[in-house]
Amino acid sequence: MIAQKQILLLISLTVFSVASIAFSLLSGSVDITVAQLAESIFSSEPSLNSQVLQEIRVPRTLAAFVTGGLLALAGAIMQVLLRNPLADPYILGISGGAAVGALSAILVGATGFWLSNAAFAGALFSIFLVFGIANKFGNWSVTRLLLTGVVVSAGWGAVINILLTTSSTNNVQSMLFWLMGDLSQSSVNPAHYLLLLIGLVGGLAVSRSLNVLIRGELLAVSLGVNVQSLRLLLFFSASVFTATAVTIAGSVGFVGLIIPHMLRLVGARDHRILIPSCVLLGGSFLVLADSLARTLIAPQQLPVGVVTAVIGVPAFILILRSTIRK
Amino acid sequence: MANLKIQSLSLQIENKILCHDLSVQIGENERWGLLGKNGAGKTTLLHALIGQRHADQGSIQLDGNSVYDLKQRELASKVGILFQQGIEALPATVFETVMLGRHPHTQSLLWDDQKDIEIAESALAAFDLDQLKERAVDTLSGGELQRLALAMLLAQTPQLFLLDEPSNHLDVAFQVKLLSVLTNKVAETSASLIMATHDINLAFRFCENVILLLEGGESLVGRSVDVLTEKNLSHAYGCPIKSVSSGKHRLFYPT
Repeated sequence: MIAQKQILLLISLTVFSVASIAFSLLSGSVDITVAQLAESIFSSEPSLNSQVLQEIRVPRTLAAFVTGGLLALAGAIMQVLLRNPLADPYILGISGGAAVGALSAILVGATGFWLSNAAFAGALFSIFLVFGIANKFGNWSVTRLLLTGVVVSAGWGAVINILLTTSSTNNVQSMLFWLMGDLSQSSVNPAHYLLLLIGLVGGLAVSRSLNVLIRGELLAVSLGVNVQSLRLLLFFSASVFTATAVTIAGSVGFVGLIIPHMLRLVGARDHRILIPSCVLLGGSFLVLADSLARTLIAPQQLPVGVVTAVIGVPAFILILRSTIRK
Repeated sequence: MANLKIQSLSLQIENKILCHDLSVQIGENERWGLLGKNGAGKTTLLHALIGQRHADQGSIQLDGNSVYDLKQRELASKVGILFQQGIEALPATVFETVMLGRHPHTQSLLWDDQKDIEIAESALAAFDLDQLKERAVDTLSGGELQRLALAMLLAQTPQLFLLDEPSNHLDVAFQVKLLSVLTNKVAETSASLIMATHDINLAFRFCENVILLLEGGESLVGRSVDVLTEKNLSHAYGCPIKSVSSGKHRLFYPT
């Protein structure tokens, strides 16, 4: 049952999202006040502030929001699909494939467009490799999918290490930034927003079935869920969300693992609440983390993946502690 | 109202024949026991009835349609099953869990219908769980979990109840309670019921018909008073079983 408490959670997460986006737009090397921010939103006159906002901060903030939202959504879906609390968007080797694609691109000097495409191609290749092997004999089970994914992931890890150890120092710096997750090179386009929207709507549409599937396959079948096709849908949608997120920002860690858990701990176990909450909290969490990554040791930038872990670990432990005490 | 027709059904696992050429017809307001020794195929047969186990031969029809052709959701709105494993103790409330039983009937994608809530609440009350509504499932005892699983099944409002070891973890008082709740429900809604159990006495007391699975895929089908005899049971379980009768009651015990 959707209780008032849970509606309240959604409302506060929406407020939090707006606040985090505002915070991100206000922080950076050029000081912009709240009044100036409002002014540049509502007036069409060109100014330095509006240029900084439109060309740098808005795209980057939105990139962070979309990436975080997609990762948290993919994490929540993987946790249901694999029925494993340790599942995250990267567990099936998608980020490994993307990393090998991206690192190879960096190795040959590609940037921007080609780097993104190489990452996306690597991710897609990995998705089909894992599914192909797990599905070899026509009946894929979750355990087999998980094992295949973990093994393929380990394989990618080895390739990544080879690339890192054999590359020049200059390249290694960019590679490490990519591996830790970095939004400074990110660009998002309308297709990315659309994908997040599809994820949200689609996730809501199957949320009742997710509530049942997480209780066990057999139970879900007996309650009328078409488990086989639902699982396929979950696997491929979570994969595409993850592939897109890593293409935008590299493999930002932690968001996909802890955001769904945090939300479950505070009571959003029902997927009708959890799915939209993941989009909101995942998005705003990464927006905040990226604001800090840009400003903490300015003018230098930290990889956002480092910041997500630095905020995420203590925040998660705090929530875990407070829920245990009850 | 459900009409289940099993015709010349054969099921096997690897090379072991669990049942061979089994034909049973189960109509409304009938309660059937499903007996047989460990590994005789009781659970497999129940899973076949919800289309989750392929039939090697024969057919299983529900109201004239093969269970293998029915859409999952349509089947689930007519047939409900209590699994032997019960339900897992996940961090969710009792009420959230019992509401899952309404899944095959839900109309709205997002909102809970008042009618569904009422059905779920009365299912909880039927098994004395209404006080535990907000409790976390992972704090329940084994018996409470089993009652919750039964309440969930009741909330599903099936026309055919399939029960795999329903008396697991239940004390005698709740075993009797379970039987009376289900008997009333079956009578009230013209439903039918098949119960797999190791408890011969429970089956005899509660089910007027039985399917007794024997070694090698043979089976005996008929009225409990006719099938559940010392001779048949001793043969089925491979150990001598005696009985004492007192009025309408008959009590079986191994010797």
